[in-house]
Amino acid sequence: MKRAIVAVAAVLLLLGGWWFLRGVGHAPISPSASKVEAATLKDPTLIARGEYLATVGDCASCHTTQGGARYAGGRVLATPFGNVPAPNLTPDRDTGLGEWSFEDFWQALHSGIGRHGELLYPVFSYTSFTKVTHDDALAIFAYLQSLPPVHQPSKPLGLDFPYSVRNGLKAWRALYFREGTYQADANRSAEWNRGAYLVQGLGHCNECHAPRDALGGSQSNPALVGGQIPAQNWYAPDLSMQANGGLAGWSQQDIVALLKTGQSSRGTAFGPMAEVVAQSTQHMHEDDLRAIAIYLQSLPPRAAPKADSSPLDTKTVLVRGAQVYVERCADCHGKDGNGVAGIYPPLSGNSSVNEPTGINAIRVVLLGGFPPVTAGNPRPYSMPPFAQQLSDSDVAAVVTYIRRSWSNQASPILERDVIKYRHTPID
Amino acid sequence: MKGLSAKWSRCMLVLAVLVAGAGIGNARAQAAVHPVIPDTLQQRIAACTACHGAHGEGTPESGFFPRLAGKPAGYLARQLKDFQDGLRKYAPMEYTVRQLSPEYLQEIADYFAAQEVPYVHSPMPRLAPGALKRGEQLVTQGDPARQIPPCSACHGTQLTGVQPDIPGLVGLPYDYISSQLGSWRTKTRATVSPDCMALIANRLSDSDISAVSAWLAGREWPADMHAQAPGTVTPPLHCGVLGKQGDGA
Repeated sequence: MKRAIVAVAAVLLLLGGWWFLRGVGHAPISPSASKVEAATLKDPTLIARGEYLATVGDCASCHTTQGGARYAGGRVLATPFGNVPAPNLTPDRDTGLGEWSFEDFWQALHSGIGRHGELLYPVFSYTSFTKVTHDDALAIFAYLQSLPPVHQPSKPLGLDFPYSVRNGLKAWRALYFREGTYQADANRSAEWNRGAYLVQGLGHCNECHAPRDALGGSQSNPALVGGQIPAQNWYAPDLSMQANGGLAGWSQQDIVALLKTGQSSRGTAFGPMAEVVAQSTQHMHEDDLRAIAIYLQSLPPRAAPKADSSPLDTKTVLVRGAQVYVERCADCHGKDGNGVAGIYPPLSGNSSVNEPTGINAIRVVLLGGFPPVTAGNPRPYSMPPFAQQLSDSDVAAVVTYIRRSWSNQASPILERDVIKYRHTPID
Repeated sequence: MKGLSAKWSRCMLVLAVLVAGAGIGNARAQAAVHPVIPDTLQQRIAACTACHGAHGEGTPESGFFPRLAGKPAGYLARQLKDFQDGLRKYAPMEYTVRQLSPEYLQEIADYFAAQEVPYVHSPMPRLAPGALKRGEQLVTQGDPARQIPPCSACHGTQLTGVQPDIPGLVGLPYDYISSQLGSWRTKTRATVSPDCMALIANRLSDSDISAVSAWLAGREWPADMHAQAPGTVTPPLHCGVLGKQGDGA
């Protein structure tokens, strides 16, 4: 009996080892061996479509370093597991995608497997990009291959053991990765399906707008419920437009306006979303933006938030917060917290003010800043940073006041929360 | 019914505000409920003026937030771009300018360049004997043995800068000048290559940096603090920021 158990255990171990070490994906395919003809990739119409789709996917945002050549990689993406540099997507033979065929590219985008069969780290959002259609992927590849080649070697991976062992991703993929292109829902309109395709696929919205667990897996059911962005320390709000949703009360037009101009009557894009709007969504076609809004409108209502059970007595804090608000905030955001249409966002009912953590409100008070510059808002009004002017306790007081005034009923903020985010690095 | 009563109460609110405004004459309270926002660049750039002052006066007493008023527009626009590109490192500035367009950056640069703000004296450090003399020598003659050109060769005979790209060096606090020279050495301040100021800052010794900064900060101001006309200097080095100017010697 004992011997049988040992034998079974040994077989399981061997099987496990085989599974763990076994290679994946196909061998590299050179452009000349590709089923896609070179002439196809040179088609200007395909390239133009690919440029648009690469913009929708905001590829350049990660694959461009600060001040560097677009798509030439080099931006280092911080994760809780270490730093991952984004690779060079230009067709440079030594350091970019110059030797890649479309089959190699498809394997990376659709299956999360690199050219040499290595498992890719999911900071590259193939969990979403797997939904992109074959035709759209081909267009993006044709566009990337049309870029001027830039010689820029990849920076080394900054991951520690055990995350540095790529095959460890097999377990991660078994838990969190479902390969497959977007399947249209026949019961929904073409517009809804287009919106769902953009949001779930290229737009990769759920990569930020959902909580991530300890292994970095992102919750996808229900999707888009909002979540803290790891390492960056911003909160990407819930995107439901129905009862108790982060965007409850938003109209389709508000969604389109925010994505097109960076501003809407309900809120303004800032932080990482400002970058998304500036680099990606402002360039999207109006009908695609409307499709996104239609899809978001169908997200289900959310559970009512639990009544705040905080034992804290916020009376004194609120008095101080109200003072700071009148001195520093009311001239622009109004005593009623309604902002000024087209200029300053309302704070009452603002999803970024009321998000569960308070990080966004704290950091916006500390950092101030500009909404994104867009064709629809080329000279935005900005907010002064208060990091140098307000103490931690005053920031906590005014943020608590804002989160609990007018229609807002969010949790109070403590001085120690402000201390924590005062020194957060900016990228 | 509900909609009607909401509309009605909104009307009452507006009325109440108007009555309060007219009756007490408290214009500020009225403005705060329905803020009236001036359509000016100064209002738009509150993110800048919170630290640098409404007219770019900076904080000369501490030297921490630099004066922007009257600096050449090309120079200011270049600095904003350098923060955007991560060549100049200061997280709050990099964050603030990240998503701004070249056109908007230029407009902001033009605004601060056009401001006329009186200069003020800043505190001076205690200096080693002979430091001021060494500072004057470096500023006006340079140190040919170490290939250090005089500051005046580029920054103008009166050291008030040269339009449109070269900033003035007088009227600035000691702390500001010395920390800029230091930041070129620690690579937290750089610009497009060839970065000739990085070259020069690395040829200066620590004591030279103190000497130059002190002499410049303590120097009596010329009657006209405006930057000289374009093309009135021939830079001895080839500098990326100056385009085709400079003979590369």
